[in-house]
Amino acid sequence: MTGEAIVFWITAILSVFGAVGMVISRKAVHSALWVAFTMINLAILYFSLGGAFLGTTQIVVYTGAVMMLFLFVLMIVGVDSSDSLIETIKGQRIVGTILALAFGALLTSAITSTGFKTATGLSEVNGAEGGNIQALAQLIFGRYLLAFEVTSALLITAALGAMVLAHNERWAPRKTQAQLQRERTLGGHPTPLPSPGVMALNNSVDTPALLPDGSISQESLPRIFQSTGQPDHDSNNEVTS
Amino acid sequence: MNPNNYLVLAGILFTIGAFGVLVRRNAIIVFMSVELMLNAANLAFVAASHITGTLDGQAAAFFVMVVAAAEVVVGLAIIVVIFRTRRSASIDEASLLKY
Repeated sequence: MTGEAIVFWITAILSVFGAVGMVISRKAVHSALWVAFTMINLAILYFSLGGAFLGTTQIVVYTGAVMMLFLFVLMIVGVDSSDSLIETIKGQRIVGTILALAFGALLTSAITSTGFKTATGLSEVNGAEGGNIQALAQLIFGRYLLAFEVTSALLITAALGAMVLAHNERWAPRKTQAQLQRERTLGGHPTPLPSPGVMALNNSVDTPALLPDGSISQESLPRIFQSTGQPDHDSNNEVTS
Repeated sequence: MNPNNYLVLAGILFTIGAFGVLVRRNAIIVFMSVELMLNAANLAFVAASHITGTLDGQAAAFFVMVVAAAEVVVGLAIIVVIFRTRRSASIDEASLLKY
């Protein structure tokens, strides 16, 4: 077994593992981390296939930029956005599974029957220009120069489109200090809200404060916890006397 | 080692990504599955470059990466806008045109 084969089998198993984990994990954050894991494994494969530049770009662009962008959007959209388990189309899950299995079998059999028996390898091409980066630069800035230039237009359009889409127009005028103060003093709760963890067993931010009668005070929690139902109110607050 | 193994791995990863697109309901996870499919295509490009001994496959993979980055930016912006107006990231909720 050559070194290339050893690298392939390790990274292949790990990347399929990560991809399956992405599909089956319930929470979107876990899915994002599984995809990042798969992408790092693919980067290692690129390195072993003689693509040092692409391997580095894979780590920087995909795991570094794209997946972190996904995580940021998950923070905006809410970590609670887990899947609903109700099927809107009847039998979609089963039909999807069957279709995926059939498609995978078709792809695998088609690829194995084409029969690339030997690989030429890139050491000759990479060596001729003095390295993978130099050889790739010759191609990108030579034969594919037009595609490269068009790419810049695509990137500018994408950046502009994202700014236009995500731009938040202010519909109401900004509140003045006097208005804010009036809202606060006349709004029914002039004092600060109770801080989390008061009189409870621990004082972490996800533990609601206990009222004198022992019930929990919902308004002591940050609003994000109220919507996600993250903290386990009961287990944190059971007073063991 | 038989270089077909790389292409088979790319096919398996692509299939898993397609399965995720078909089965999952969360728009962000569907989007991640699309990313996985793009990565599988990239792996096939790099493997083809390795098999044929030319660098054109790697140049193609480079362009796929650029297009994928642009696509992620716009797609995630659309998801954020839909979430702002509908307070939901489920792809089943966005069926306003149906009724």
